[in-house]
Amino acid sequence: MFQLFHDLKIDWLGKRRFFIGISIVLMLAGMGSALYRHKFHPNGTEAFNLGVDFKGGTVVTVRFKQPPSVEDLRAAINKAGVRDAVIQPILDKRGGFLIRVPHQGAQTSDTGENQAGVDAARTMVRQALNTFGQEAEATKPLEEDPKAAYKIDGTEAVGEVASKQLRTQAIAVTIAALIGMLLFIAFRFEWTYGAAAVIAVFHTVLVTLGLFSIFQIEINLTVIAALLTLVGFDVNDSIVIFDRIRENRKLYRRMNLYDVTNLSINQTLSRTVITSGLVFLSVVALVLLGGQTLRPFSLALLMGIIFGTYDTIAVAGPIMVWWERRLEAANKQAAVSTRESGLASGRNPAPGGRARNGVGKPSRAA
Amino acid sequence: MKKRNLLQRSIVIGIVTLVGLYIVIGPHGRRPHLKDFTPSGIKENLAQNIHLGLDLKGGAHLVMRVKIEDYLKRLTEDNVTAAQNAAKDAGLEVKEAHADTSGGNHRVVLQVSDPSKTKEIRDAVEKKVNIGERDGWSFSSSGNTLVWTLSGSTERTLAESATEQALKIIESRINAFGVSEPTLQRHGAQNSHEILLQMPGIQDAEHVKQQLGTPSHLELVHVISPPSPASVQTYATKEEAIASLNSGGNIPANRRVLPYTERPSLTAQDANPNVKPPPKWVVVESPAIIDGSELRTATAAQSRAGGDEYEIDFSLKKTGADKFGAWTGANINEYMGVVLNDEVKSIAFIKGQIFDQGQITGKFTKQDADDLVLTLRSGALPAGIQYQEERTVGPSLGADSIRSGVRASLLGLVLVVAFMLIYYRGAGINAVVALLLNMILMLAGLIMFNATLTLPGIAGIILTIGMAVDSNVLIFERIREEIRSGKTIPSAIEQGFGHAFVTIIDTHVTTIVSSLFLYAFGAGPIRGFAVTLVIGLLVNLFSAVYVSRTIFMWLLSRKGRRVESLSI
Repeated sequence: MFQLFHDLKIDWLGKRRFFIGISIVLMLAGMGSALYRHKFHPNGTEAFNLGVDFKGGTVVTVRFKQPPSVEDLRAAINKAGVRDAVIQPILDKRGGFLIRVPHQGAQTSDTGENQAGVDAARTMVRQALNTFGQEAEATKPLEEDPKAAYKIDGTEAVGEVASKQLRTQAIAVTIAALIGMLLFIAFRFEWTYGAAAVIAVFHTVLVTLGLFSIFQIEINLTVIAALLTLVGFDVNDSIVIFDRIRENRKLYRRMNLYDVTNLSINQTLSRTVITSGLVFLSVVALVLLGGQTLRPFSLALLMGIIFGTYDTIAVAGPIMVWWERRLEAANKQAAVSTRESGLASGRNPAPGGRARNGVGKPSRAA
Repeated sequence: MKKRNLLQRSIVIGIVTLVGLYIVIGPHGRRPHLKDFTPSGIKENLAQNIHLGLDLKGGAHLVMRVKIEDYLKRLTEDNVTAAQNAAKDAGLEVKEAHADTSGGNHRVVLQVSDPSKTKEIRDAVEKKVNIGERDGWSFSSSGNTLVWTLSGSTERTLAESATEQALKIIESRINAFGVSEPTLQRHGAQNSHEILLQMPGIQDAEHVKQQLGTPSHLELVHVISPPSPASVQTYATKEEAIASLNSGGNIPANRRVLPYTERPSLTAQDANPNVKPPPKWVVVESPAIIDGSELRTATAAQSRAGGDEYEIDFSLKKTGADKFGAWTGANINEYMGVVLNDEVKSIAFIKGQIFDQGQITGKFTKQDADDLVLTLRSGALPAGIQYQEERTVGPSLGADSIRSGVRASLLGLVLVVAFMLIYYRGAGINAVVALLLNMILMLAGLIMFNATLTLPGIAGIILTIGMAVDSNVLIFERIREEIRSGKTIPSAIEQGFGHAFVTIIDTHVTTIVSSLFLYAFGAGPIRGFAVTLVIGLLVNLFSAVYVSRTIFMWLLSRKGRRVESLSI
């Protein structure tokens, strides 16, 4: 049997200060970048590099005599300094293309782009298209100008695909989904487990968003889908370990929670490494070979998988143990004080005196 | 006992696999021919069953304009009727009322017979109708003419909000499950009131156009007629109906004359269904008792009379139910009509007080009824839609991006399969079988929901497969652990599945719970995401747990109880 890890005895929780330190530094760096860019706009950047999906932009309709390939067109537009353009051939009009360009410049109005933005986009696209030849004169149709290679038929402002309402809704709904998870984990395990898992998820999303701000990677609708996927992946990882902790607490009643957690992390480490490794491999393939247009999506997945795996061990575990221990200590104190005051009777003494051992609802799991 | 269990499981798996395969490669909506199962037939069916998204295949590009001028005109006219009724309710006489929408203005004009009552009439009107100064209307009067004019800035605000509302309604109509992945955005300058819609699939776009082209304005109205048991008063021509009003050929503001197409009775088998009976005309009271905005839900149901006819059951919101209840209570035996898009669909007399339930009957086909329900639910468009531009566009991703994206996804899949086979050897085959089945069933699920496949969607499926592999990894690692701790092979498998099952259920149900939240509170793409995720998880529970276990059971039954080694 080909075996990855055997009988590991790594003290993961012992390194918690180091891990949590790293997490806090990463989160602060991301938030710092977002705040700094939001306030001072270095090189005209915003807190996040929002794509045409969120910001709106300009759609330029253009017609060529000899249509170039979409790839050549994209290369020319990239070269002219327009990032993240969406290019669609028009099929029922020969040589026609729709070129959607994100909002140029930092100013945003509520209803998409103002006239200045439309004109700026038109100028930039024209500059890019001039590499294919010259534009037809404004008064002449394309066919009647022998020197012309193309003609811009129209420029129109377009609003965002994801409305403001959808954006706020996406955030609100994600929080609702996290609350749903918290409730379910609390029902199957304990509140502290649910809270730890949800905090870990939050951490992953924050760190990923932070890195998107630092490196100014475009955020579009597919990135949002990637983030939602990560939430599921991350919680998945936490639950696998929690499940093992619940089981081990029943097996080794004498062992304290700290050791049980370490043991459980070590026992499930093969699985963690294999699963995350496999997903990581397919995502790396996507990042390296998936092409430029998919890159924001694949990068979001990549970061999420790295931090989602990391935070289960480094964030969810320590938080859960710390919280459970505090509750245990509080319980003990309550129990001691009731005994001292001579009130101990056959009944359950202290408020909140439900035996807390971190095992969770015991028999249901079996 | 064990043997029978294994047989049962194999049959279940066989049936599910076949059904899944058929959904993916079989023809839909018609009987299969032999040629459907040749390679070219399968290819054709696949292309038809799997809808590719805008990024992979392109689709229709529609620019539409909301006819704001119609909206403002109707708003003004509604206000005229309301103003007239408000004055009448206050016991004040109005000689004549009309809407003046000439020259880009929107005016409510009332002529009164007694100029000294101007102030009282204005107060009475503005108390009930939202055309006061704070609503953005300005008032002026000269002699016995009262005029309310809509101000320019309010006009712009109203037009803007009507466009936004139209955008929202269009979105909810084209994307009930959130899986068709259209893009919908505002287009042009702010005052052009244009909306750009790109939709994958040309046929779908035609259907959408049809749906958006027909407004669906539902009203419940009082039909002017002698009460039951006399039969309802109808007229053969419109002129006859107008003449019955005795108002010199004009229709007064509190009356409307509408066409009424009576349903042929179901027993009249010999009647040719293609020949519509000539429309009759009825006179109804204006304004309506309630309209479509008071609707809470609407569902299409097969007609109680049986057959292929459908009817629409609806229920009303609280405010609508109050109004409707009060009216029906006071008008027992009077006739009431259901009016859809200014056409009376059905007339019935009130038997007793009705509060919040009702039906619209009227020879709907299933498709018509479903479309109508969708439009009723999402609300009426504030104004008609005019198509400015219609195009067919190609994929938004270049051919190279599509190729590299698909290639990368396939490479990811190959890597996963190769690793499973090398690391888990015999059991790896087990995982790969489960994985293939997972892909087929996942595709079948997406096809059943009419989902559109985009490149990120494909990558998402590969990722779901990564998660599906997780279930197998969990089980296999656990079986290895049990074997190491000295258990026999059968009991190691038993225990391994037992323990891993608890974990798998916990992880899957947690994600399903959160997806339900996403579905319940989300809209559009968020819903689509939740649907896809839940399909993936359910399929995975079946393929990774049920199928994988059956393969192990089959292995054991071949080797007998005394099996000593397991390739894992």
